[in-house]
Amino acid sequence: MRRKKIHVSRKERVFDVLNVVLLCLFTLVCIYPFYYMLCYAFSDSTMANKGITLYPRGFTLHNFVEVFRLKSLPRAFLISVFRTFAGCAVTLACCSFFAYIVSKKEMYFRKLIYRFTIITMYVSGGLIPTYLVFRAYGLRNTLWVYILPGAVNAYYVILMKTFMEQMPDSLEEAATIDGAGIVTCFLRVVLPLSKPILATIAVFSMVGQWNSWFDAHIYMTRPQYYPLQYVLYNFLQEAQRAAAAMQESGEASGLAITPNSVRMTITAISTLPILFVYPFMQRYFVKGIMIGAVKG
Amino acid sequence: MLKISKKSKIKPRRLKLTLMALPFVIFIFLFCYVPLMGWALAFFDYRPGLAFSRLKFVGFKYFELLGYYGDDILNALVNTLGLSGLSMLTSLIPPLFAILLTEVRCTRLKKGIQTMITLPHFVSWIIVSALCFSLFSTNGMVNQLLHSLGYAGKPVNVLGNADTAWTFMTALDIWKEVGWNSIVYLAAIAGIDEELHDAARVDGASRFQRICHITVPGLTPTFIVLLLLKVGNLLSVGFEKYIVFNNSLMASRLEVLDVYTYRIGIGTQDYSFAIAVSILKSVVSIILLFAVNSLARRTRGESII
Repeated sequence: MRRKKIHVSRKERVFDVLNVVLLCLFTLVCIYPFYYMLCYAFSDSTMANKGITLYPRGFTLHNFVEVFRLKSLPRAFLISVFRTFAGCAVTLACCSFFAYIVSKKEMYFRKLIYRFTIITMYVSGGLIPTYLVFRAYGLRNTLWVYILPGAVNAYYVILMKTFMEQMPDSLEEAATIDGAGIVTCFLRVVLPLSKPILATIAVFSMVGQWNSWFDAHIYMTRPQYYPLQYVLYNFLQEAQRAAAAMQESGEASGLAITPNSVRMTITAISTLPILFVYPFMQRYFVKGIMIGAVKG
Repeated sequence: MLKISKKSKIKPRRLKLTLMALPFVIFIFLFCYVPLMGWALAFFDYRPGLAFSRLKFVGFKYFELLGYYGDDILNALVNTLGLSGLSMLTSLIPPLFAILLTEVRCTRLKKGIQTMITLPHFVSWIIVSALCFSLFSTNGMVNQLLHSLGYAGKPVNVLGNADTAWTFMTALDIWKEVGWNSIVYLAAIAGIDEELHDAARVDGASRFQRICHITVPGLTPTFIVLLLLKVGNLLSVGFEKYIVFNNSLMASRLEVLDVYTYRIGIGTQDYSFAIAVSILKSVVSIILLFAVNSLARRTRGESII
């Protein structure tokens, strides 16, 4: 891009150095907490308690073994995994098929249905009415409450519809002449060609599902359906209360490791999937926000 | 010609499409529009478990109650506006960041930095709070470090200090979102015609001059649109983070309108009143949004929503 031959003044060189230093410092601030968390989770519990800064003390996997002995944890992990994959699958299936139908110009009431969908992006019932209605539907204490509310997402529908409209009509026409119906056309022709946008939306939906906890907070009264994030939240609340009372209590104290190690290890468990997946998925994230920026 | 003949031929297909969309329409109605109707409950004495026909209509009783609880609501409003204002002030940081990042000459380094600073956006606020707790609590890493460096004063406690609550939350917001928010600006910078830079270079413009006269004006439209959207969302400053970081020490400074609604509604089960509060909030938000939109239309010639 930039020609190297151009004379670089001293002032500019100073700027370059300062710039890089500043950005690197900020990057360090962004990354360090995660690094600290990993160090703590992989450190021997009692040694970690004395303080950790740059490297794990007494490297061990013991914390992870201990934490999975907690009654709530393996279950919560499975719930989180379940909601991540099931939620993503349902969202993809519903949004893509709906987007496909709405992208068909010959449909009756097309404009009306499309507007009906878009409006939901701008106006929503708000927390309390939604809570009351979902409760009336009997969604409380069922796993459906994690999956159904996000099944048809207006924003995803817009993204997919725009993508599908850019495909050449001739492909589908050929399939139709060969006798394919609407569903076959969708499954065999359009869906395979929509992989890029599907991947982008899948990544967004999965990260959203993995990270969400507030639905569990208000709709779940039975701990067996708590996702990992919410279990962590409860541990933190407990810890804050305990710190205020200067004593540690609760489920965590039954283990052979300090409560702080328990928390850091659970935090690590809930962050690691994202840390692993993130570098590979980053281009999808960027792509997603770019489509959004153009459309929104 | 072709179109017309097609239209008249496959009418059953058109109908079939609509029928296929019907389940989705019903679904959206159930999950998005029925809750909207729940707004009506603000005008009734809602009791859980009672059939809608048996609810007592109370008119504007709950809206009049707003005055009665004025202090709490005023406090929540002040918090919301304060935090919103801070977030608007700091919205200058992402474009600045994007400019600095594009000025990095080494592409690898640039990509690496971008990847790493975007990471915090993808973890939940619960994880952020867990990290903060381990770093900033009174016996956390920062205080241990200060102690071992010979700092003998009282331990620094940002997690339970009402005076620094706003600053702390804003700082966390910057930490979490700068990378993500700067992506749009990076794209805007990439979209600036390279010829402009070349022409300026030929005319002898220095790097700083090119930043000031080419990059910054190139970013301004994006910045203004995003800022206007932010004004439209003045009363929505985020919700989960304030639930997660709320504790008795910081509550007075972190209880924003949404959290207040949540506390009144889900916490004390005063549903009708909570809905009344959120209706007022929505009405103000919608008015703001339209005001901002018409402002944008008048100044920029196009609307933003």
